Amino acid sequence: MEKPIQEEKRVFMTGNEVVAWGALAAQADIMYGYPITPQNEIMHYWTRLAPKYGKSFLQTEDELSAGFATIGGVLAGKRSFSATAGPGNTLFQEPISMAEMMRIPMVVAIQQRGGPSTATVIYSQQEVNMTTYGGNGEGLRIVYSTATHQELFDYTIKAFNNAWKYRFPAFILGDGYQAKMREPLIMYNPEEKGIEMVKPDVSLGKEGVPGKDRDPVYLRNAYSMEEELFEVLMPMIEEYNKVSPEIEEHFSLGCEDADLIIVSHGIVSRAAMAAEEELRKEGIKVGLFRPITLRPFPEGAIREICKSTPNILIVESANGQLARLVKEALFGLPINMQAIFKPGVGITSEEIIKFIKSKKTEEIIAK
Amino acid sequence: MSTTVMPNSWNINTKPHKFCPGCGHGHVLRALGEAIDDIDIQDRTVFGCDIGCSLLAWDFFNIDSIQTHHGRTTPVMVGIVRANPSLIGIAYMGDGGGYAIGAQHLVNSANRNDKILVVLVNNTNYGMTGGQMAPTTLPGQVTETTPYGRDALETGAPTQGPELVAAITGENAYVARGTVSNLRQLKKYFKKALENVQEGNGFSFVEVLATCPTNWRTNAKDTWKFLEENMASYFKVGEYKVPPTKREG
Ligand SMILES: Cc1ncc(C[n+]2csc(CCOP(=O)(O)OP(=O)(O)O)c2C)c(N)n1
Ligand code: SF4
Ligand SMILES: [Mg+2]
Repeated sequence: MEKPIQEEKRVFMTGNEVVAWGALAAQADIMYGYPITPQNEIMHYWTRLAPKYGKSFLQTEDELSAGFATIGGVLAGKRSFSATAGPGNTLFQEPISMAEMMRIPMVVAIQQRGGPSTATVIYSQQEVNMTTYGGNGEGLRIVYSTATHQELFDYTIKAFNNAWKYRFPAFILGDGYQAKMREPLIMYNPEEKGIEMVKPDVSLGKEGVPGKDRDPVYLRNAYSMEEELFEVLMPMIEEYNKVSPEIEEHFSLGCEDADLIIVSHGIVSRAAMAAEEELRKEGIKVGLFRPITLRPFPEGAIREICKSTPNILIVESANGQLARLVKEALFGLPINMQAIFKPGVGITSEEIIKFIKSKKTEEIIAK
Repeated sequence: MSTTVMPNSWNINTKPHKFCPGCGHGHVLRALGEAIDDIDIQDRTVFGCDIGCSLLAWDFFNIDSIQTHHGRTTPVMVGIVRANPSLIGIAYMGDGGGYAIGAQHLVNSANRNDKILVVLVNNTNYGMTGGQMAPTTLPGQVTETTPYGRDALETGAPTQGPELVAAITGENAYVARGTVSNLRQLKKYFKKALENVQEGNGFSFVEVLATCPTNWRTNAKDTWKFLEENMASYFKVGEYKVPPTKREG
């Protein structure tokens, strides 16, 4: 069968289409999904592309089913994924907590929409708490917050690879704007680029008769004793902490001599970057720190930067969900923190520039 | 303890099993194990158990097994067989798991004619959590959450599962209700149900009337009486849908 992408190709498409192509490029085998805006077109493109390349799709009865069926697909040894948003992400937390506990490398693309509740189908950054630390667990997950269509493609591939490499569930955290807008990017076949695709392995239904040719595989997430759970969980937490530095990613700009550092993630960091460049032209020394992985959070990197520049401005389309992660990462450092929180609403570079030039911040800059 | 030999598909190293004495689960799993032996599908079968007392079967068989979440065993098995259709998926659950928290999965999987077998153990209560009302609790039956007896006008009448599943499935489905008081018949149902899945024909569903002496607070005699008289009067044992390929005569 023909490979979906042979050689590098410059394209212009919506973010949802990019995720579908990214999953194809990552050699995903099967998608299980339930409709919700603004992620629907991921399914629409996947269902059109899948049969051409011998891939499968199942539309389930809800997101609980989509999540648990994705787990089933992984157990059968296939690269399996889903996509969701908002209230669907809420339902997804149950299967994700099982994936966390059982080290099941499921991949889910999340296109954030307004919240709480049904709210809007448009845009937000309000699913940070839920995607990083949702469910009754410890947040043993990999969460990539993308800012461009190129990144949607790159990190969809990476999400599959790192999910299977480290065996933690992995997420591509986009938003409604990224989902729906069109942008140019370069698509490629990762193997042609020297990216080694981590091979999935079969958990259930291996070769041979269990009990005769081999031991049966028993997978569980329920334990009867506190100590039993502790013995299972602690090595998992330790392993997560150990591999975190390998997984952590961030982007920074102009932090070295900055008087103020803007901290933002995802699409908002594009406005922050534009603001940084604009202010620099005016001689105002502003830097930008953008966590790409929200879990594990690039704690070492942001601490290092904030040791020399204690003034930070957190900008996000949520009421402090990124801020909570940042505060935790910077715990103990003498930080002067300001914030632009616009839950469920987009943020422009002009707003950021205006805020920074406003009285309060002038004092910081003039320091 | 039964003196008959254990089915090959059972893992002797994990026996005696973890269910209470007199529990119906062990009988259901014997009939299921024998059916698996008879049609020789141990190497292709994947067993999923729910949360509820069914979870105690997580290491029961010499079969690759997974214990999932309460009500979610059906979608996990659906996910497995959709990704690898050569496997035979068995989703094993209680009446709470199948008719309450996981009812949407049962209904939709049945409607999609997923090639899996769902085995649902009807013991008229939530066994694992200490005997609360289940969708199958009989009118007047005392449970921890119906201490004065279930009032059907307030909380509904016992769910008729096989009747429901038969009504929403296509003709290739196999649907039956068996009982632990007739294991030979139950094994026959399981065999037909598994063959229906093995042949890639259709969805199979077998509800089994089973005992829970611990929460019923019954002695051996009353346990059997409750099963054969009280339960049998609400829940009719028999085949509800037999695909054309499985019809006898
Ligand atoms: C989401 C969720 N809700 C509630 C529970 C608690 N719970 C565990 S077992 C159970 C009921 C089991 O009853 P049933 O499915 O009839 O199985 P049985 O124990 O009777 O065999 C419940 C409510 C849970 N584990 N998960
Ligand atoms: S509580 Fe009831 S269903 Fe559960 S193991 Fe004991 S007898 Fe069986
Ligand atoms: Mg029950």
